[in-house]
Amino acid sequence: MLIIKDLKAAIDGKTILKSISIEVKPGEIHAIMGPNGSGKSTLAAVIAGREFVEVTGGTVTYEGKNLLEMAPEDRSKEGIFLGFQYPTEIPGVSMVNFMKTAVNEHRKHKGLEPLSASEFLKIMREKKELVEIDSKLANRSVNEGFSGGEKKKNEIFQMSILEPKLAILDETDSGLDIDALRIVANGVNKLKRPDNATIVITHYQRLLDYIIPDVVHVLYDGRIVKTAGKELALELEAKGYDWIKKNVEKNELS
Amino acid sequence: MNKLRKSSDRYLRIYDENIKRISENSAPFLNSFREDAIANFIKTGIPTRKNEAYRYTNMDAWFNHDYKNYFIPDESDFTKAEEFSCDVTDLDVYGLILFNGFYPTNNGKIRELPGSIQIGSLNEAAKVFGSTIEKHYGKYLNGNNDGLVHLNMAMAADGVFIYVPAGTTLKRPVQVVNLVQSDKDMFNQHRNLIIVEDNADFTLIICDHTLSPNKFLTNAVTEVFVGENAHFDIMRVQNEHNNACKISHTFIHQEKNSRVSSNNITLHGGLVRNNTYHYLGGEGAESNSYGLFLADKWQHVDNYVNVDHVFPNCKSNQLFKGVLDEMATGAFNGRIYVHKDAQGTVAYQKNNNILLTDDAKMDTKPQLEIYADDVKCSHGATVGRLNDDALFYMQSRGISKREALLMLMFGFAHEVIRNIKVEALQERMDSLVMQRLKGELSRCAICMVKCGNM
Repeated sequence: MLIIKDLKAAIDGKTILKSISIEVKPGEIHAIMGPNGSGKSTLAAVIAGREFVEVTGGTVTYEGKNLLEMAPEDRSKEGIFLGFQYPTEIPGVSMVNFMKTAVNEHRKHKGLEPLSASEFLKIMREKKELVEIDSKLANRSVNEGFSGGEKKKNEIFQMSILEPKLAILDETDSGLDIDALRIVANGVNKLKRPDNATIVITHYQRLLDYIIPDVVHVLYDGRIVKTAGKELALELEAKGYDWIKKNVEKNELS
Repeated sequence: MNKLRKSSDRYLRIYDENIKRISENSAPFLNSFREDAIANFIKTGIPTRKNEAYRYTNMDAWFNHDYKNYFIPDESDFTKAEEFSCDVTDLDVYGLILFNGFYPTNNGKIRELPGSIQIGSLNEAAKVFGSTIEKHYGKYLNGNNDGLVHLNMAMAADGVFIYVPAGTTLKRPVQVVNLVQSDKDMFNQHRNLIIVEDNADFTLIICDHTLSPNKFLTNAVTEVFVGENAHFDIMRVQNEHNNACKISHTFIHQEKNSRVSSNNITLHGGLVRNNTYHYLGGEGAESNSYGLFLADKWQHVDNYVNVDHVFPNCKSNQLFKGVLDEMATGAFNGRIYVHKDAQGTVAYQKNNNILLTDDAKMDTKPQLEIYADDVKCSHGATVGRLNDDALFYMQSRGISKREALLMLMFGFAHEVIRNIKVEALQERMDSLVMQRLKGELSRCAICMVKCGNM
């Protein structure tokens, strides 16, 4: 589904990603873990298509297509979803109007007729229950005045409506209390299908108690330094990131 | 001689040449103010950028021009007024028209609405409602020393008079359409007086249109009295062509526990300057002042808002927004003056502007003068581009960049438009703004004039 090969990227001329290679197959959940500043969010930004990140080498192939050549909105319509670490507030644009426009752009892309207002509101209602989001939030402007937890739930809510093939959740767990964490994780688990995949980017292991990954990657200093099964997350939790740092330094010396 | 003297002299000369004719056509009461007014004008002159309040607006080119003056109405024009019909669908109003500043008297000079509400010609009202007019006319300027207000007082001969008696609620709004039309470049002035007595509830819509492609200069003064516990809603939609200069001065005086909402939407105009003065003259009064403008080409839109907190426990709120495209320029100056005894004042002010090009320019100036100690005040101003993060956020959900830009700008504008309480007008403004943002309206909307590329 997604093949990243030797990806290199820079922000303002400073190299952040030095060499990233990952392959994600349908049905898989990948966790990318790493200390602050290791390049996790930059990787998410490259996949979603943020302009301020400059790709300096390597390839990203999504369903056989060169992802890096696609505009952000086309990536979305092809089934990629980014759950933001810091969801943006958009005053004056209502959640309903925002999501209705997004859904209908997706439908247009698939050659489907746009949804009527009532059909769309029905979907909104169904999905609201899934993520236990307050009905009132849907009538407000996008993320405006939402608490940290509400913003993150709103990301999962949008994801549930757009039904992506590949979701990248960038530190969706940061700043969440245990209840919100459970709701977010439940949402992700309920949306899991054999033909879709999820990349969970996180600093902490605790989200992975709820979302069980198939593969765990450790990102450090712009490189994937270790890839293993779900037990790697627990090992990291026990030994801390210093363990990784020491290992990397030892390897570089030898 | 500098430009100030020159343009002021021009209008002094116009006064001297026309005052006899103007006076012959005016109610004696209106005439009784003219001599003092012109004396004050001689002292102040036409404002220039040396006046702090006009620092960001250069009106020289508009005032130093040979205009035909429209001081005496031509009755044959009044039939033209009848041809105009407002095309806002579902707008259920009592409509009246001012043609080049004059109330068309061919079908009566004063009209009575349910609840003994009187609407009609100010000049006529000054003759028949002597004591009411005398109590209010010229009483709410609060020592204002703007030369243009003096100039208006000296020569304006008509305008709209509205009287809403105590305790009267009028559900349908009154709509005043200002039409400006002439086959020559023209200077015109008018004067409105709106009286909303205690416990009354009244909604007024004012629309500005130009009907011929000539250069126009309009200088209008509106005085509003809002009695105790009364509600007054005023919406102004400005839609003139780019060769028109509109200067409006609105003085709203509020008594105890009254509520006022003012909403100023500027869709089009060459130079637009709106002075809005809110005087909170009784405890517990509340005023909301909103404004939105969209400007492109070489348009200039300047909003000057002054809120006077004179009594304790009053609330005021200002929200003004602008979208500037191409070489358009704009200004906002919001003054909040909290007098010594106005304890418990709550006063907010916000001014946000979006510049769509490098050439567009906006000056914004908050001005807070607070002489009481128990006061809650805040102000914030921004001038910037559309938020890139918001744009990307929308794109990342599949919305195209162009559509996302439109939604962001529309959302920005809607924050002001949503405060318009007349639903049909709110919907119309939303759709006009959307069309304008999409570039479907390259000049004034609803315009019957095919004025080419102005």
